[in-house]
Amino acid sequence: MLGYAGRILHVDLSSGKTWTEPLKEELAKKYIGGIGLGMRLYLDHSKPGLDPFSPENPLVLTTGPLSGSMVPTGGNGHAFVSKSPQTFGVGEAKAHGHFGTELKRAGYDGVIFYGKAEKPTYLWIDDDAIQLMDAKHLWGKTPQETEDAIRKELKDYYIRVACIGVAGEKLVRIACVMNDKSRACGRTGLGAVMGSKNLKAIAVRGSKDIAIPNKDRLLELVKQQHERMKGPAARKYRTLGTPENVLVLNALGAMPTDNFTGAVFHGADKISGEYLNERFVAKIIGCSSCAMRCEHITVVPEGPYKGTTTRIEYEPLWAMGPNCGVGNLDAILKGMDLSNQYGVDAISIGGIISFAMDLYKNGIISKDEAGLELNFGNHEAVLEMIKRVSMREGFGDILAEGAKIAAEKIGKDAAKYAVHIKGVEMTGYDIRGLKTAALGYAVSFRGADHNRHGAYGPDVAGKVNRFKAEKGRGKLVKETEDLYTIIDSIIVCKFSRGTYFKGFEDLAALYSAVTGIEMNSEELRVAGERINNLGRLINIREGLTRKDDHLPWKVMNVPIPDEGPSKGSFVSQEDLDLLLDDYYEVRGWNKEGIPALEKLNELGMEDLAYIVKDKLEHPEKSKRKIKTEE
Amino acid sequence: MAAVPKAEVAKWKMVSCDPDKCTGCAVCEYICSLTKENAFSAQKSRIRTMRLHPLINISIACRLCSPAPCVTACPRDALKQSEQTGVIMIDDEKCDGCSWCIEACDYGAITLHPEKKVVRICDLCDGDPQCVKWCPEEALDFVTKDILSQKARIAVAKKLFKEAMEASGVKA
Repeated sequence: MLGYAGRILHVDLSSGKTWTEPLKEELAKKYIGGIGLGMRLYLDHSKPGLDPFSPENPLVLTTGPLSGSMVPTGGNGHAFVSKSPQTFGVGEAKAHGHFGTELKRAGYDGVIFYGKAEKPTYLWIDDDAIQLMDAKHLWGKTPQETEDAIRKELKDYYIRVACIGVAGEKLVRIACVMNDKSRACGRTGLGAVMGSKNLKAIAVRGSKDIAIPNKDRLLELVKQQHERMKGPAARKYRTLGTPENVLVLNALGAMPTDNFTGAVFHGADKISGEYLNERFVAKIIGCSSCAMRCEHITVVPEGPYKGTTTRIEYEPLWAMGPNCGVGNLDAILKGMDLSNQYGVDAISIGGIISFAMDLYKNGIISKDEAGLELNFGNHEAVLEMIKRVSMREGFGDILAEGAKIAAEKIGKDAAKYAVHIKGVEMTGYDIRGLKTAALGYAVSFRGADHNRHGAYGPDVAGKVNRFKAEKGRGKLVKETEDLYTIIDSIIVCKFSRGTYFKGFEDLAALYSAVTGIEMNSEELRVAGERINNLGRLINIREGLTRKDDHLPWKVMNVPIPDEGPSKGSFVSQEDLDLLLDDYYEVRGWNKEGIPALEKLNELGMEDLAYIVKDKLEHPEKSKRKIKTEE
Repeated sequence: MAAVPKAEVAKWKMVSCDPDKCTGCAVCEYICSLTKENAFSAQKSRIRTMRLHPLINISIACRLCSPAPCVTACPRDALKQSEQTGVIMIDDEKCDGCSWCIEACDYGAITLHPEKKVVRICDLCDGDPQCVKWCPEEALDFVTKDILSQKARIAVAKKLFKEAMEASGVKA
């Protein structure tokens, strides 16, 4: 079992005890690594119904089987898993950079954190030496300052750090875990779970060899991937980057504006990938082992935000830009930089502020309540609000709960304007006119997210009628979901997905060449399906039901108003029911979205049948609505 | 130590990194350690990457200095420089890992092997450096110092050309 380090580190923050246990080969083969292994470890080491911020709720950190190897984009990944303070179901997020490489070199497939440290603490992993260090002097520092300070005090520049910012410390429900200063495990609020444990940072130095079974076999595959990554399959990421989406989606009437009011942004040419690259991009850099390089480093050349230097991608650009009515790229880049410094999910922060702006526009909150003139397009207010949410100041304290819970607190009709799924704010695809994607978003086990399924693909490419809900979409979503969970478990970069020409077959070849565990494409596909079912099972255990596979109120009630191809489109209840029924059937789940025992047996998950047995036998029990606690 | 004839030095080719092209991906470290040690390990790589800031990335291997301060610094005569290639050759029997050479090197191009406790320096893979071959950005080059200066001249001339064209209103 090469590739894998073969051991899991356990850290009890309450008692200060640490110990390691071997990683069982069967578990590795079945759940691969990354989010798959992470979710299984979470399930096995947690009790149902925990408050995400209670000390009993474990936080799991994993690497992938390819981490530490030369597989391009695969050598550097890591993932966090816990119960999400936004969805109250499974939370997971992965990131790239250099941190995952180092954790694997130190010799760990995963780390499980239990309990809560008495005072601010950071974990220092120096190969086999594990120490809990005082982090009082780091509390309140930005992730970037924290990384620098730790490297300085431990006197090694090559130490890699994953840590939280102030938002995580203050239990802001959209807090992320940052690594290598500009990379983030962004979604589902796991930075707040880390903060609830008084865990500021994880610092790693690893010096162990990553051995491989057969050098020539691996190098041949790496060479093939290098060549593909220089070709058209990765062109977008090497040139304009994901901001290329701005003009593409805008032309389709599929870029949400003003909190999912419109779907066409006027002034898109001033926030486009083309404009960004011409005016702001100073350099494109890469993560460890990457042969594509995509990280567009921008520098604001003039004006009040002059000198701001930050990475940018389409999603945060959209979230703090068009979704807040903002067309000022200088300010959007400043907002991105601030999000990284406070340590908040740069997508969700835009979704929360646009939600507040919508409330303001519709008279649900006043200027006095908001503390600011929250008009759409007021970029100064967006920047100020990023700070207030992250610091829990004034109205920001309510918004720091996330759009869903904030709406419950505000009352009136606020919930209609909270554009979220399972409590997680939407991302930058207007699914009113992308109905395959709408299904993918609705069923995503971590809440609203494009990265769980990529089901916008067939819609945007015109392979299906994107305005129509019809049978067959369930199969499309299932197929991309199964592939995407493998991408996040084996941990390669989603941006490289186009370079696996043969899908699972290419990924299985890489997995086998690194680990020496021979796996074929069908076995890997089944693992992908298994991991999707695992995500579902955790959510079922935590009380989520079919009702939670919902879409935002605006997506179902406000037709796209803009002239153009998408005009008038929205998703009706009938559409959604048809899509869900089709999807559940393809998945082998019942009408309530609960996996049938036959399906679990088929996937080798008999050991988890206990989660669904009662609910399958007494269907009325499964209709209980999840209680969101505080 | 006998001085190396100047004519020989001009023929030496070294691994040079263009920081404008380097993205900090460390593919050079991966392929170096795999080639030399049959495993992936940054510490055992003869070339190391350094990212000081997102905009500042560079990989560094032996610069083939002449005379070489590392050779001079070694108290045990464990290091010798090849007249033919400029490569610093290490006698593992004599090297005791004292690390005077590491201190003498201005570029951080010498590392201590973590297990063998002897130093390691780029040996140019017998004239076919694997890092140069595998660098996905073609940021690494295997060149003589004369070609290095030529490349710098081309770069500066291009910059002047662009400025001149822009001054005359033509977009270069």
